[in-house]
Amino acid sequence: MMEFNNNLPIYIQIMNLIKSKIVSGEINGGDKLSSVRDLSKELKVNPNTIQRAYQELEREGIVFTQRGMGTYVTEDIQVIRSLKMNMASEIMNKFIDDMKRIGLNMDEIKKMFIEWIEKEDR
Amino acid sequence: MKNIVEINNLTKKYSNKIALDNISLNIEEGKVVGILGPNGSGKTTLIKILTGLLRQTSGEVLIDGQKIGIYTKSIVSYLPDRNFLYKWMKIKDASDLFKDFYSDFDEGKFEELLRFMKLDRDMRIDTLSKGMHEKLNLSLVLARNAKLYVLDEPIAGVDPVARDEILNAIINNYNEKSSMIITTHLVRDMENILDDVVFLKDGKIILSDSAESLREERNMNIDDIYKEVFSQ
Repeated sequence: MMEFNNNLPIYIQIMNLIKSKIVSGEINGGDKLSSVRDLSKELKVNPNTIQRAYQELEREGIVFTQRGMGTYVTEDIQVIRSLKMNMASEIMNKFIDDMKRIGLNMDEIKKMFIEWIEKEDR
Repeated sequence: MKNIVEINNLTKKYSNKIALDNISLNIEEGKVVGILGPNGSGKTTLIKILTGLLRQTSGEVLIDGQKIGIYTKSIVSYLPDRNFLYKWMKIKDASDLFKDFYSDFDEGKFEELLRFMKLDRDMRIDTLSKGMHEKLNLSLVLARNAKLYVLDEPIAGVDPVARDEILNAIINNYNEKSSMIITTHLVRDMENILDDVVFLKDGKIILSDSAESLREERNMNIDDIYKEVFSQ
């Protein structure tokens, strides 16, 4: 069961959960999402909240609804690609902020980052 | 959206104590509403008025457009915060009792709930643990095809496993055509299943909004808002 610990609205946390599953390939383009009721049971969250998360994902073009069939992930590679890039830049922003907070400047961050990647590559 | 419950300027006094102080509240069809507040805040008094067990001192209460009476009692399914079954009964006797009392009692649904709760028709009421009691009571109440379910402290004092089963039963039985009012002080466990929350303090509504809007506005979950509001 997912823990909703932080202070974001739950529908946004559910959107983020689904987005990260899409980006990581756990759910593929064209796949059907769990029904509102099933996800509601799985996460122990009010069905209206799940419904809202699905609606917002649809508004963002990430999923689409087939009447009477269910909700499906878009097959548009561009959309999934840009979703991935958006998530990457959020992670990057957070990383830079955290590094600055512990007192490193951009040059030091850059140097460390490059060294780290070179070490990982080997 | 249609209101299933409309409360206007409701006041309840017990001799010289004011239990509910000029409360107004609407509850929409298809919503799960949490009435949150510590002991003595007026939660149970409010529920007893909605279910026709107490009369208000002043103000108006309408359920499905009607004053509290025979009709409203027929469409409200109520889970009291204490046991309401006789000790000598078996679970099947309790089922028969509900079938006799309520025309909207759905035996098939009850059997399904019993299976889900891992209870058996032949169990004796006086052998049930506290958690099993609570699960049985909830099964009876949810097996009615009511327009409004009123659940008074459905998870108080039960272990975490029973608590999860109770929450699941509530979610499974939710449908868009009926509404639920749930009172609790165990906000952390319940908040994810609530559409709207009403904070009751000393007989007054001090905050009432959709749970998601509150999280969005205050950057806090409902449990933290609850602690902030009631620690003052």
